[in-house]
Amino acid sequence: MATYRELLAQVKGEIDELGAIEARERHGTALFVDVREREEWEEGAVPGAVHVPRGQLESRIEGLVPDRSTEIVLYCAGGSRSAFAAKALGELGYEHVSSLTGGFTDWKRNGFEVETPQALTPDQRRRYSRHLLIPEVGEAGQERLLASRALLIGAGGLGSPASLYLAAAGVGTLGIIDADVVDDSNLQRQIVHSTDSLGEPKVLSAKRTIEALNPDVEVKTYEERLTSENIERILGEGWDVIVDGADNFPTRYLVNDASVWHGIPVVHGSIYRFEGQVTVFNPGDGPCYRCLFPTPPPPELAPSCAEGGVLGVLPGIVGSLQANEALKLLLGIGESLQGRLLLLDALGTTVDEVAVQRDASCPVCGEHPTITEYVDYVEFCQGART
Amino acid sequence: MTKVRIPPTLRSEVGGERELVGEGETVREVLEDVAGRYPALEAQLFEGGTLAPFVNVYLGGEDVRTLDGLETRVNGASVILLPAMAGGC
Repeated sequence: MATYRELLAQVKGEIDELGAIEARERHGTALFVDVREREEWEEGAVPGAVHVPRGQLESRIEGLVPDRSTEIVLYCAGGSRSAFAAKALGELGYEHVSSLTGGFTDWKRNGFEVETPQALTPDQRRRYSRHLLIPEVGEAGQERLLASRALLIGAGGLGSPASLYLAAAGVGTLGIIDADVVDDSNLQRQIVHSTDSLGEPKVLSAKRTIEALNPDVEVKTYEERLTSENIERILGEGWDVIVDGADNFPTRYLVNDASVWHGIPVVHGSIYRFEGQVTVFNPGDGPCYRCLFPTPPPPELAPSCAEGGVLGVLPGIVGSLQANEALKLLLGIGESLQGRLLLLDALGTTVDEVAVQRDASCPVCGEHPTITEYVDYVEFCQGART
Repeated sequence: MTKVRIPPTLRSEVGGERELVGEGETVREVLEDVAGRYPALEAQLFEGGTLAPFVNVYLGGEDVRTLDGLETRVNGASVILLPAMAGGC
């Protein structure tokens, strides 16, 4: 029977080890995995390192690093736990694994960079535990969401589910723009409001619901109608993503032009009766709203839900899809709807997709823009037919 | 025979139909065939022989503006007519 010392020496003989200086040369190319316990990690770590405690390494590594040819540098405090970890990863088929011999202690002694990871509180770790279990989100992703800012245009049918899911997901700052008050006819679908909030400004009703759902979220309210006059002030506060759930064309075109000029991605959703449209406009990279719809329809072909009606659950589906796109954009994961317009038909329960291309002659995001400042959007949308 | 999807805002022009079928080799011929049977649709879709600028036309999921426009041959794919929708309400 081997003693611990003998076993460690035997394992060290079977794996590749790196000194701190060699490891530093790999920093930036190899993936550093910190296998220490949480308390050790929180006190300081190698910048960019992924934290996976030794006890969870085998169960989590395939989710975090699907490609077994990835170069991995494992470290712990002194090089023992990471030696056993390196042996385990070798047995799992990882081809380029090494262990930092002197561990994080030696890394620090050499004066190499150290960062103190932003740690979630124990409450947050419980609240977001189902996110933390997903490799694509994890602790780093959750911290990113908590530091993110999403601006919702409208606290109505689309803004209701979108704001609730973004808040529940822990998007740290939500801005909500809406000038309306809660009306009984809203409650068939606008689930961020309730019977208790009838007559109350929608932004305040939404703020109360969101804060009750998740106190981590700061809600900034804008009880005003978005116009050419106030949009610079509001966008100037800095947003990572805009979720557009406006109910009229002038606002849609205004939001588009401003988002192009500010370089903020827009998650677009629109609904009518049983049908919805969802896409992502990413300025500078993909098409904008004007590339897709250069001209708004004449008023008689653009009835609002107030005129034509809408199935109550439809904004629930479309607004949730918008929240999904916004979360992916904020996390930098997955494939967004950029360049694709999703067409949802709730009556037949079908989803179609059409391609949306950037238009080189687009008056706002094209090669030679002709619209470079805010126009009269109401006039632009009324004059569509002439 | 080419299927033409009618958007909700144009359905009252075609008696409530969600999808129509048109004959023709090109997108233009198919749309003219359909519009010929529904004058109210024709009035909305065409302005002096050209398609109204607020209606996007997709063939097989591609915007015909990125193909050969209305002269694109249909080749068995289906057509979607799509105006913008404003509603977020």
